[in-house]
Amino acid sequence: MFVILVLLMILMIAGAVVAIQSKDLLSAVISMGIVGFGLTLVFLVLQAPDLAIVQIVVETLTLIILIAAILKTTMKESKAEKSAVVIYSAAATVILLIILLSVFGNTFKDLPDWGCENLRMSKYYIEQGLEKTGAENLVDAVILDFRAYDTLGEATVLFTAVMGILAVLRSKGRKK
Amino acid sequence: MKGMTEIVKTVSKLLAGLIFFYGIYIVLFGHLTPGGGFAGGVIISGAFILLIVANGIDEEKLRGEKEKAVSLASLGIFLFWIISIIGLCMGTFFFLNFLGKGRPLNIFSGGTIPLCNIAIGIEVSAALCSIVIAFILVKKGDKK
Repeated sequence: MFVILVLLMILMIAGAVVAIQSKDLLSAVISMGIVGFGLTLVFLVLQAPDLAIVQIVVETLTLIILIAAILKTTMKESKAEKSAVVIYSAAATVILLIILLSVFGNTFKDLPDWGCENLRMSKYYIEQGLEKTGAENLVDAVILDFRAYDTLGEATVLFTAVMGILAVLRSKGRKK
Repeated sequence: MKGMTEIVKTVSKLLAGLIFFYGIYIVLFGHLTPGGGFAGGVIISGAFILLIVANGIDEEKLRGEKEKAVSLASLGIFLFWIISIIGLCMGTFFFLNFLGKGRPLNIFSGGTIPLCNIAIGIEVSAALCSIVIAFILVKKGDKK
């Protein structure tokens, strides 16, 4: 299983690199799709079908919208002028990456090993979930009963995003 | 917005109903099988977006659909908040699972979890539909 995961990760990284480097925007979007669908396969390998369903549907919708936008506008990447700022920003990115990786390395030492004993809280959910909530799907029992505040916040964030988009794109008040 | 060729129109009309009912199944059985309100809502909105993109629809009709979609999204989030506040009104805590647990592995089980799934499904599907319709409409408005 670990080998399959590593192969999928390499495929996803290659897709992301192609998406950055390609001059044609359509092929860039399609190689971005490799990342999303690769993530779906990773979720399936890790036995998380709930996440896989959401990921594959959202990825398909996003690809359709991006391809429609590209077909309507331009296929070529606009050329940006290179200057000294590029070097500074690249150096800043590398320094930030080194700091982040060292912090993550320190954090992962304290986590339990991969596939080993569960934490105390998740063990409680797995053992008592069906009894306490009556829902067989443990993921739904967690997101809608034990941790329902998070879901309420998520739904409210989506609603607020819709309101913001409608306010920005409204047709009244755009006339001059 | 212009539609596509006759083949695409026919196939999309045949498939949209199937996709719609699959989304409803994912929402209703969210507490038994993988899925839930978010996944099912996105699938339902996918059926509507397929119909809009394939068949084409004129602008006045699309404006009316946007109004309906926005009010449905508001209704969904309102239902979710109501379900969450009922527990508080009954004198206990927020998000109390006030309904009976039911028999496990049955569709009427899990207390308020199926109701929350339905509310989230309504909200997410209507919200995504209204986002796509808003983008289609602004593209038409800029042409003049």
